[in-house]
Amino acid sequence: MVPTELRYTKDHEWVRVDGDEATVGITEYAAGQLGDIVFVELPPAGRGLAQFAAFGVVESVKAVSDLFAPLTGEVTAANDALAGSPELVNSDPYGEGWMVRLKLTAPDEVDELLDATAYDALIAAG
Amino acid sequence: MPYGPHTAGDRERMLAALGIDSVDALFADIPETLRASRLDLPGPEPELELAGRLQALAGRNRTDLASFLGAGVYRHWTPPNVDQLLLRGEWYTAYTPYQPEISQGTLQSIYEYESLLAELVDLDVVSASHYDGAAATAEAGLMTCRATRRERVLVSRAVHPHYRQTLKAYFGAGLELDDIPLVADGDGAGTTDLAALERLLADGDRPVAGVIAGQPNFFGLLEPMAEIGRLAHAAGALFVSVVEPVSLAVLAPPGAYGADIAAGEGQPLGIAPQYGGPYLGILASTDALVRQIPGRLVGMTTDVKGRRAYVMTLRAREQDIRRDKAASNICTNQALLALAASIYLATIGPHGLRDVAAQGAARAARLETALAAAGAPRVHRAPYLNEFAVRVPDARAVHRRLIDRGVLAGLVLGDILPDEPSLADALLVCATEVTTDDEIGRFAAALSAEIADTPLEAVR
Amino acid sequence: MTVVGEQLQPTLFERSRPGRGGDKIPHPPKDALDRIPAGARRVTPPALPELNEPEVVRHYVNLSQLNYAIDTGFYPLGSCTMKFNPKLNEWAARLPGFASLHPLAPDEVAQGTLQLLFELEEWLAEISGMRAVTLQPAAGAQGELTGILMIRAYHRGRGDTDRDEVLVPDSSHGTNPATASMAGFRTITIPSAADGGVDLDKFQAALGPRTAAVMITNPSTLGLFEKRIGDLLDLVHEAGALAYMDGANLNAILGRFKPGEAGFDVMHFNVHKTFSTPHGGGGPGAGPVGVGETLLPFLPSPRVLRADDGTYRLERLDERPTSIGRLRSFVGNTGVLVRAYAYLRAHGGSGLKQVSDDAVLAANYLRKRVGEAYDIPFDRACKHEFVASAAGIKKRTGVRTLDIAKRLIDHGYHPPTIYFPLTVEEGMLIEPTETESVETLDAFADALIAIARECETDPELVRSAPHDAPVGRLDEATAARQPNLRWRPMAGAEMPCPD
Repeated sequence: MVPTELRYTKDHEWVRVDGDEATVGITEYAAGQLGDIVFVELPPAGRGLAQFAAFGVVESVKAVSDLFAPLTGEVTAANDALAGSPELVNSDPYGEGWMVRLKLTAPDEVDELLDATAYDALIAAG
Repeated sequence: MPYGPHTAGDRERMLAALGIDSVDALFADIPETLRASRLDLPGPEPELELAGRLQALAGRNRTDLASFLGAGVYRHWTPPNVDQLLLRGEWYTAYTPYQPEISQGTLQSIYEYESLLAELVDLDVVSASHYDGAAATAEAGLMTCRATRRERVLVSRAVHPHYRQTLKAYFGAGLELDDIPLVADGDGAGTTDLAALERLLADGDRPVAGVIAGQPNFFGLLEPMAEIGRLAHAAGALFVSVVEPVSLAVLAPPGAYGADIAAGEGQPLGIAPQYGGPYLGILASTDALVRQIPGRLVGMTTDVKGRRAYVMTLRAREQDIRRDKAASNICTNQALLALAASIYLATIGPHGLRDVAAQGAARAARLETALAAAGAPRVHRAPYLNEFAVRVPDARAVHRRLIDRGVLAGLVLGDILPDEPSLADALLVCATEVTTDDEIGRFAAALSAEIADTPLEAVR
Repeated sequence: MTVVGEQLQPTLFERSRPGRGGDKIPHPPKDALDRIPAGARRVTPPALPELNEPEVVRHYVNLSQLNYAIDTGFYPLGSCTMKFNPKLNEWAARLPGFASLHPLAPDEVAQGTLQLLFELEEWLAEISGMRAVTLQPAAGAQGELTGILMIRAYHRGRGDTDRDEVLVPDSSHGTNPATASMAGFRTITIPSAADGGVDLDKFQAALGPRTAAVMITNPSTLGLFEKRIGDLLDLVHEAGALAYMDGANLNAILGRFKPGEAGFDVMHFNVHKTFSTPHGGGGPGAGPVGVGETLLPFLPSPRVLRADDGTYRLERLDERPTSIGRLRSFVGNTGVLVRAYAYLRAHGGSGLKQVSDDAVLAANYLRKRVGEAYDIPFDRACKHEFVASAAGIKKRTGVRTLDIAKRLIDHGYHPPTIYFPLTVEEGMLIEPTETESVETLDAFADALIAIARECETDPELVRSAPHDAPVGRLDEATAARQPNLRWRPMAGAEMPCPD
């Protein structure tokens, strides 16, 4: 079971919403599928993100994947630790492996995301 | 079948295993209306006859002339160990080192290439490798656009015309390319016009991604690279230096004057002219641009037992993984030529390379004196290393007639730069360590005779 | 079995000793550089290694022995056509008349090479059924760029500026979409049909007034001939788009299928695949491009021309204003083209057809044999290569295709291409070529079958392979996270140095 307090996209991002603020990362399943993460490209603070639009890139040794914003908002922080230690995405995807923090402009969009049960079903279906 | 192993019996055995009578059955999926009717080619030819034919063709090329032709491709002494080592099948019949466990030879040699070239250009990251100097320069231009998210590049008109034409083709799909004019006269004639560059950079509506200049430039002249780099950086643009690698033994390297990217032709490092290639596209950058540089990168790492080993790395930049978002479409590169360059550099050594560059400069100075005495003075006044332009009346005709006198008198600049009237009667000539006093003497004497003849011909 | 040498080598830099190295070049006069302004001179000499020639030779001979190569063994690398590289071709390319000819030498000095290039263009046109050929592109990917830029110029020339999409099947080489992007197009990926071929309906749905080109590899990267190719080409042309053929798999269809006759507008050749020029550890190659009538005006410059008197010359810069210009310096990778010329002339038309017949026969024979122990997802007549899959083995034993590939190294073989095309689960793309004997094919099949057994009896042996290679599996994650891309004394010191 994936963490129940989070919401998910079909593209395997998770988001932790706290009022009009949110933290975004990729799921343990996604990190596992990619393999050893070697590089994460993130937007600078101040960049506006639109829901479901690509905002960054995550690379493993032999694969690359776009990152999609679960919610619309402005980036307030990117996880600088990933520049030197991208392996945090593998070792602690829901914690130190977070990617960006957002100031949300449309918090209601969260209703369009999957809850833990729905996301579990998605990855079980492969 | 010159190289196929199959006997009639072998083929029958394979057909029998497949339960068919004829190989035609394996082509039944080609729609009948689309099948080729015939294949009409000369041959087959037994090896002995073919060898004779190839020798005869090679013999129709004239390589007996005393040559002063450079213009981006240079004759040098290549120690014979370079080619003998390249001819080992373990090098030239291996593929891209996708299986590192059985490709450590190729991988280490590429890592060493990256290291050797990094020393030469004084930058951190060397891509191994690109098709040639022109394609590497075009990739450098594209890199500056990706890195700055701008869409306009400025290129000095003193960069090799083929490189500028290649840039134009690569930039045809929506990016802008503007020429930087040259200083028209005075001491700096033939070098990049700094004032014009400043004006081009000042256009706020069309921000510049990169500025490209060559050192030495196409006319052999030394450019004010540090100043060009300063102007580029002041405008937020990246600076690309187009280099000739042998010269880097004695000229300031790109890293020393602030270039972000170096591109160039690696042919002078132990690679034969062979009428255009295969050569070696050099492309190098600062660490900051490592994710924008296209082409192969090999890194040092360890294996499961902790032994030092080498592997292709940062592969997610490449087309086989990133597909339409790749840094470039390059796949097959010039790996064997990168190996040739490495063996050359390892054999000739740092002192030897300096001797090659300095000897070329010394020979060229002798050539300048001899040609001036023969009536062909230099076109420009700026300092040069081992290549320069000379003024020759009726240059094209004189060049043609000198071939009959056994001299290939460099390049007719009017042919390659027809839109530069100031160069209509100029030849671009070079000397290297292999240029002999005798060859210089023959050139000067022949030229002197031809120039003396020219007015008469013109009267006729 | 030890497949290659075992001795790891220190770097050139570790071997270096100040003062070592022989005099290859006479010393220049002391004042040679006095006329170079101080500001333009190098202050710190490059820290290149100092070695003598015997050490250099030993270094590179020992390094070479760490490599697997066609000359040392079977190299069944799908989509790469690792056939024997004839030694005559190396001899020919090194003839002084070819090797020392300067690329800007006047035409009258270069008649032998120009004739060779002209004839080679004609032969490639005959092989492909195309109207004309340019030899300029340095590799297949540059050939693709050349072709797509010509297609762009064609549409623009007709004032048809809305076409900004290129369609490619999902089984295509990565170079196809990467090329489309470089040429300013958007890539639309079309899923394959269940039989591995193009999905005509999906192509039809995607084709439209925005389609500039369709890029097709035929035979496909699954080694299957596109049976519906005629219909597809009709649809493409009805939509006003042009059809590009990726010629990487030409080795399957020489003398059997001519893309130009079938209706393709443009294609590239990989002479380092089909026409035996060596791969060189990653290059060089050459990527000539053939075009039909439609794209003829746009060919890169300069072309090689023959005058009425039988002499040859290069086209002048301004002679054909419709040209897309040049994609590189000079005329092309001529040294590679000399090798291809020798190969074609050695075979002639009958020999080339035999090449494809034998390549296809060998691939089908091997497909049959490998099928004894592996899944064959498309188990029908293949062309020069076929896909096998270890999906069943993985399900039963957990051993992956990657492991099987690595175990093949212990059995003395270079692994096939794995996990390509991306559309096949646990796929292995196997291409034997026509220059491998039936004994070699059998021995390779036996090895694969033996490994399939090992997967059941001793899966750990396979998972931890290779055991007999100079090094084991590598730490690729660290290599990418903390790239060490050049020698620095400190960086190297952290790594154990081989003696």
